[in-house]
Amino acid sequence: MDLALLSALNAERAARRACVLVTDLGGGGQWLVREEELAREPWVSRPLSAALHEALRSGKSGSIESEGRALFLSVQAPPVKLVVTGAVHISQALVSMARELTLDMTVIDPRTAFASPERFPSVRLIAEWPGEALKQVPLDRYTAFVALTHDPKIDDPALEAALRSTCFYVGALGSRKTHAKRVERLVEAGFSFDQIARIRAPIGLNIGAVSPAEIALSIVGEIVSTLRADRLAGRARTGS
Amino acid sequence: MISTDSDILCMAETWVREGRGVALATVTETWGSAPRPVGSNLVIDADGNFLGSVSGGCVEGAVVSEAIDVIADGNARTLEFGVADETAWRVGLSCGGRIKVYVERIA
Repeated sequence: MDLALLSALNAERAARRACVLVTDLGGGGQWLVREEELAREPWVSRPLSAALHEALRSGKSGSIESEGRALFLSVQAPPVKLVVTGAVHISQALVSMARELTLDMTVIDPRTAFASPERFPSVRLIAEWPGEALKQVPLDRYTAFVALTHDPKIDDPALEAALRSTCFYVGALGSRKTHAKRVERLVEAGFSFDQIARIRAPIGLNIGAVSPAEIALSIVGEIVSTLRADRLAGRARTGS
Repeated sequence: MISTDSDILCMAETWVREGRGVALATVTETWGSAPRPVGSNLVIDADGNFLGSVSGGCVEGAVVSEAIDVIADGNARTLEFGVADETAWRVGLSCGGRIKVYVERIA
């Protein structure tokens, strides 16, 4: 591979844009297709475009045959981000799990007593209100958003931003009663029940979690199962 | 599958810019129970240092030694690994799966 091509690929990832590295396995070259280029069809023969669209949609790399050539499509999606409101005990437990799962984590909390570097030494910490903080960490479709403060003043504006975004996961801590009140507020703010239904609440897989670390585990478990939903559906179909 | 191999590809770029000979190995096909999905990457330098994985540690040794040849001659090649086979590769996938790995030089 040409170094310039690898550089271009890494630049796309750093800018959080998806792309596909196409390799002719028979030695016929290698090139990069950016998602926005693909949207501006037709730039290449149609059968390949269809395969590229499908690869980007599913996020799955794979080998294909196109016009007698064996091609490998390597889908390069941006690193998955985890954005959390609430510099709370559960968030502290999430830090090490996120690192192990290579989730790029950010903690937002305007309460400086909570959002202190002593409590969160090794993670991006923004001690601002969500409106300001989210300008620095835009929510995109490779982002999981988790609301953990229990305080509607902090959680609600961030949740509203998450519901307006393409985040693949939106979760909010709180009992069914707390969530019912949250739903009322969101309806009042103009969100439909369909939109609100995106929120995972009560948050996390049901593993009977009690401690902050256990709750953090149930949340990351739910994030991973959402991220790999295609794979899970495939397993259910094949029974494997 | 959303890749989490970004750090590996960034490191590959860094290694090349440092003047090291570098090869990239990519899983291009799997059959049966393969430990790492299609698209997984292993980055290797001319001294045999490596990052990432293309299997659960079963065939990395063989990929690294092939990669050192690829770095030397610049010719990309596809390697195939199956169930442990003493005569063919002296390494294999004890899980019973088969994988194809494409190895190319980055320069």
